[in-house]
Amino acid sequence: MNVSRNTTIVASVLLIALFAGSVFSRRKVDEFRGKEATLEEVLYLPSGKVLKRLSLGYSGLLADIYWTRAVQYFGARHIKHSQRYDLLYPLLDITTDLDPNLIVAYQNGAVFLSQKPPDGAGEPDKAVALLERGVRANPDYWRLYFTLGFVHYIDRDDPQAAQNAFERGSKVPGALGWMKVMAARMAERNKDITTAMALWQGILETTTDKDVRVTAQRHIVSIQADNDLNELEHRVRVYRQRTGRLPANWYDLINAGLLDSVPITPFKDAYALKSDGKVDVQDASKYPYLGEWRNNIELPF
Amino acid sequence: MTSRLSAIALNTFREAVRDRVLYNLILFVLLLVASAPLFGQISIGLERLILVNVGLSSISLFGVVIAILVGIGLVSKEIEKKTLYTILPRPVRRWEFIVGKYFGLLLTLLVNAAFMTIGFYIALLVTQHALHKADAGLLVAIYFILLQFMIMVALTLLFSSFSTPIFSAIFAFALFVIGTFGEDLKNFAAMSQGAIKWLTTGIAWVVPNFASLNVISQTAHDQPVSTGLILFNTLYALLYSAAITAGAVLIFDRRNLK
Repeated sequence: MNVSRNTTIVASVLLIALFAGSVFSRRKVDEFRGKEATLEEVLYLPSGKVLKRLSLGYSGLLADIYWTRAVQYFGARHIKHSQRYDLLYPLLDITTDLDPNLIVAYQNGAVFLSQKPPDGAGEPDKAVALLERGVRANPDYWRLYFTLGFVHYIDRDDPQAAQNAFERGSKVPGALGWMKVMAARMAERNKDITTAMALWQGILETTTDKDVRVTAQRHIVSIQADNDLNELEHRVRVYRQRTGRLPANWYDLINAGLLDSVPITPFKDAYALKSDGKVDVQDASKYPYLGEWRNNIELPF
Repeated sequence: MTSRLSAIALNTFREAVRDRVLYNLILFVLLLVASAPLFGQISIGLERLILVNVGLSSISLFGVVIAILVGIGLVSKEIEKKTLYTILPRPVRRWEFIVGKYFGLLLTLLVNAAFMTIGFYIALLVTQHALHKADAGLLVAIYFILLQFMIMVALTLLFSSFSTPIFSAIFAFALFVIGTFGEDLKNFAAMSQGAIKWLTTGIAWVVPNFASLNVISQTAHDQPVSTGLILFNTLYALLYSAAITAGAVLIFDRRNLK
């Protein structure tokens, strides 16, 4: 065995062993730094505009990186059902400063911000601020006005501001006709279940983010269930008024001509009719927002 | 063996000094002297913060640029000038040549960084009219910058052992940029699926992690750096740079120099 061969063997063994050791130590470094150490750097940045100047023209690339960081941050917190999303707005703020035309950051970011914890940061005012900036930078993109109207109506309980947003959006060339319909509905100043359903359907159709999609789907099934429960309890009341007693099961309502068949939930199982005449879903955990759109009407027993 | 290693290392250092590498210090001093009062005028009350950010970032960037520019020529220049052929026939093994070069360039960067650190603290003293306890915390950031240099020197030496100077510079600079965004690479890996996920995860572990070695912002805001992080960053830089140097030895040892 010559000297060179010896060196090759020793260097190879060292390379593998040292590299394995470096992977181990890096894992420990990650543990000590915490998963959000890189993200927390946004707290030290003076502003996205300064960062844009420092990016030497590569602001688009940097915006993509910051958008990825925002999505990762949101996703990681969302999985843990976190109640706080402190870094979300600074991350979105810097992302959109770096690339004011990154529509996805406004649209999905606003939903991340506006939803109540644990589904979002519970900061609808910041969502509005983000969307208003998006609208200023992208005045021809009517869907941003839709999201703006959505946040005003659903999360800020401000139909007047929502009406204004839908009206502004409806004037953008290429905007779909139902933007005007939404503006008209807002003019009624009522929060109603049909409008809420239409808005969530709109979010579901426009979003590209899986977390937003899941949230929208959960809202939609919850609204559907609320709508069904309102309707079914109304029919129970009608039965009670006609017969003077509560129905024992769904077949009493079917035989009385008040239902065609056993009512089915969005998850294809039957609604539960309780002995006190109230109606409920079989598994409430599938409907995280159940009750948000229920009419709390006392049954006339 | 130690005398041969130190001879090569010292010669590398002397050559760098002869090549006027340390002239960058003048530029560094000018930058510090000019930037502190200038930015101080623009951002009232932020003089120290700006001085720390400019000073420490300059120490890091100047060092990385020197590591790349000097490192890429360490082997190729010796071959070009045919001086390598006078070294290797002596009782100097190829691995000793590579390791000696590594320590030589590292010594150059250490001396350079030491002068810059002195200049930086003088600028801090002039700006604040005194040095405070919190200023000692900045030494952690400078220590991490030195760890960065350890890795950068190893990388440039690795590329220099098999590639041309231009390509070595491109590879080294690209790895520096990728390593700076190392944690984002892990994020991308976490977001991808299937084979791409495995591939990006693998790359994320292989490329150097410069993100955790940058605590400039943190220390500039007087945030403490944990002892555990200092310990494991040191271990990481030592092991990673040693692994890369072993790779450079492996390649150079098998290289046909005739």
